[in-house]
Amino acid sequence: MGAGQVLKMGWILLVFCLLGCRGDSAATVVVEFWAMGREGEVAPQLLPEFERRHPGVRVKVQQIPWGAAHEKLLTAYAGDAMPDIFQLGNTWIPEFVALRAVEPLDAWIAGSPDFDLEDYFPGILATNVIAGGLYGAPWYVDTRLLFYRRDLLARAGYDQPPDSWDEWLTAMARLKAQAGADRYAILLPMNEWQLPVILALQRGAELLKDDSRYGNFRSPEFRRAFAFYLALFRQGLAPAVGETQIANLYQEFASAYFSLYISGPWNIGEFTRRLPPAVQDQWSTAPMPGPDARHPGVSLAGGASLAIYRGSPRKPEAWQLLAYLSEPAQQLAFYRLTGDLPARRTAWREGALADMPPTRAFWTQLQALAATPRIPEWERITSKIAQYAEAAIRGALTVDEALAALDRDVDGILEKRRWLLGKSR
Amino acid sequence: MRLPAGQRNSDPLGTSWPQRPSPAVWFIAPALALIGLFFLLPVAGALLLSFTDFDLYALGDLSNLRFVGWRNYRLLFQDPLFWTALKNTLYFVLVGGPLSVGFSLGAALLVNHRLVRCKGLFRTVFFLPVVTTLVAVAVVWRYLYHPRYGLLNYGLGLFGVAPIDWLGDPDWAMPAIILMAVWKNFGFNMIIFIAGLQNIPVHLYEAAAIDGAGPWRQFRSVTLPMLTPTFLFVAIITLIGYFQLFAEPYVMTQGGPANSTLSIVLLMYQEGFRWWNMGYASAVAFVLFAIILAATLIQLRRRRD
Repeated sequence: MGAGQVLKMGWILLVFCLLGCRGDSAATVVVEFWAMGREGEVAPQLLPEFERRHPGVRVKVQQIPWGAAHEKLLTAYAGDAMPDIFQLGNTWIPEFVALRAVEPLDAWIAGSPDFDLEDYFPGILATNVIAGGLYGAPWYVDTRLLFYRRDLLARAGYDQPPDSWDEWLTAMARLKAQAGADRYAILLPMNEWQLPVILALQRGAELLKDDSRYGNFRSPEFRRAFAFYLALFRQGLAPAVGETQIANLYQEFASAYFSLYISGPWNIGEFTRRLPPAVQDQWSTAPMPGPDARHPGVSLAGGASLAIYRGSPRKPEAWQLLAYLSEPAQQLAFYRLTGDLPARRTAWREGALADMPPTRAFWTQLQALAATPRIPEWERITSKIAQYAEAAIRGALTVDEALAALDRDVDGILEKRRWLLGKSR
Repeated sequence: MRLPAGQRNSDPLGTSWPQRPSPAVWFIAPALALIGLFFLLPVAGALLLSFTDFDLYALGDLSNLRFVGWRNYRLLFQDPLFWTALKNTLYFVLVGGPLSVGFSLGAALLVNHRLVRCKGLFRTVFFLPVVTTLVAVAVVWRYLYHPRYGLLNYGLGLFGVAPIDWLGDPDWAMPAIILMAVWKNFGFNMIIFIAGLQNIPVHLYEAAAIDGAGPWRQFRSVTLPMLTPTFLFVAIITLIGYFQLFAEPYVMTQGGPANSTLSIVLLMYQEGFRWWNMGYASAVAFVLFAIILAATLIQLRRRRD
């Protein structure tokens, strides 16, 4: 870069500074709010009422694409450019707590009598608790369960979705036999970590051991779940395809390319919108089958929370916004805009969500959740699980090789954690 | 030996610092200062970083930072992901590089041929992909590559070729990336080749024609030798650029499927900005630097011989 250019940039900077220094004359506080994807798109529609109730506060919503959200938040933290309040995927909470980027909410909640923690799903709320402190308020909840084609299942001789693993396997075998060579019983994008982990949690696997110091993926529970998962591909019940290879999920579901699909609440809206009318009343949802008689089997406690930046100078206003977005009425309005399931049970009751078919299964499933380890490294560990699951499905590794490699990599990831825990003792 | 003060600056070779800096120093000082501040300093910082385990915990609290010596480098060479990335990057450089240079030379010869009309138009058209935003290009190419509705598979289908899952099949994803990268980049090298071609004096061709050389012989004995310096420049620039493969897989495949398009820079990005393992990512950066330096030196040496 030449000196001339530098000079020019200097001028530009100066102009920006002058513009920036021009303070707002009115005493309005602008709260910056980062929300991801579709949530960021619709969040502004919830805000007029908030701004009416709090005349001195304006909210600036910044929409962040989901794919880049994690990086953007970390970079914002490193660059000291954090928003006052932000949406945070609840598996990311431990990371941002380790960074000391998130304000603990306990004191704020104690000062707001209307804020009823009892109203939240306990399994979801637990993901926001790190070492006894609450760091986020669940905004919407998310878990995975079975989407199925009722007509195809009925033709295979089932008027009810399967309850147990055995029944599930037999049902899939029949569905596959009925579907033929180039169609499948179930669709499982093979670069996802969620299903192997759900199956392992159902088996009661402890994913990490010694206070999350080491990986525990060679445990008999995880191994059995992993083998069950792989068998779905080996037996040809699920096609060995990645997410990017499925051109149009909805078209494929409509054309009976697969009959079962494990997915989350966002697909209720998508299926309603995108499936052709002929299939519209032929699909439904069911809680996860369990490995034994216990039904439903547990699933993941997912979703996103609202968190406040610890270093924000506008915490009171950010808290007002957080409390407002957590009101049952707003949760219900948010559900109607996005299809994201409310985190508060009052909102479910007010919207009669627990009584209607597509959301009813989620209501049942949300009572049976299992938490994944709440450590900052978890996000990274999941990418390793996906990597080795895919390698095993493609046949590059055997089950034992894949799990041994997974344990080795995870132990490597957790090395720093072991050192920190040893240091603090 | 300590010299007396008066003699210190009078060594006959004039290698020591003059008493008063020459005015030239003031001319280069601003640029040097900027390079030092925005390039050398960060590079030195990154080098230091590569000997630490700077990560999320250290970002939150600097007392969690450890100096780990060569451990990042040792771990790197044990990391199967690094070897996958290196293999993919070499694949891209060794196949994509020559293809790109060959393609640009061919395009340059065609565009520069005296029989071609509207040279300016063709030059512009071929150069357009270079100046187009990669993200926009990637969106269009994803449509072209679509296994069922893509134009490419439709075209192949006319010849009876079964549909190829370009971006989803681990064996085809890298060729797909190479194809796109060559298309995107050949225009730049083409312009340089055209400049090189136009520098070849016409009388050489006339003399060759008088000596009875046909077009092929002229190309081999006049054009190619005269283009050697251009070739060297293009080869090295392409090599360096292609080793730093990042944007294409980042936008098109995110390194997938099954890590078949994971490049070294993409690995560095993921380690650094996705997982915030800055220490490890810096080590990746310096290993890549060493690889590029070695490859460039080999290239230079080969040309000189």
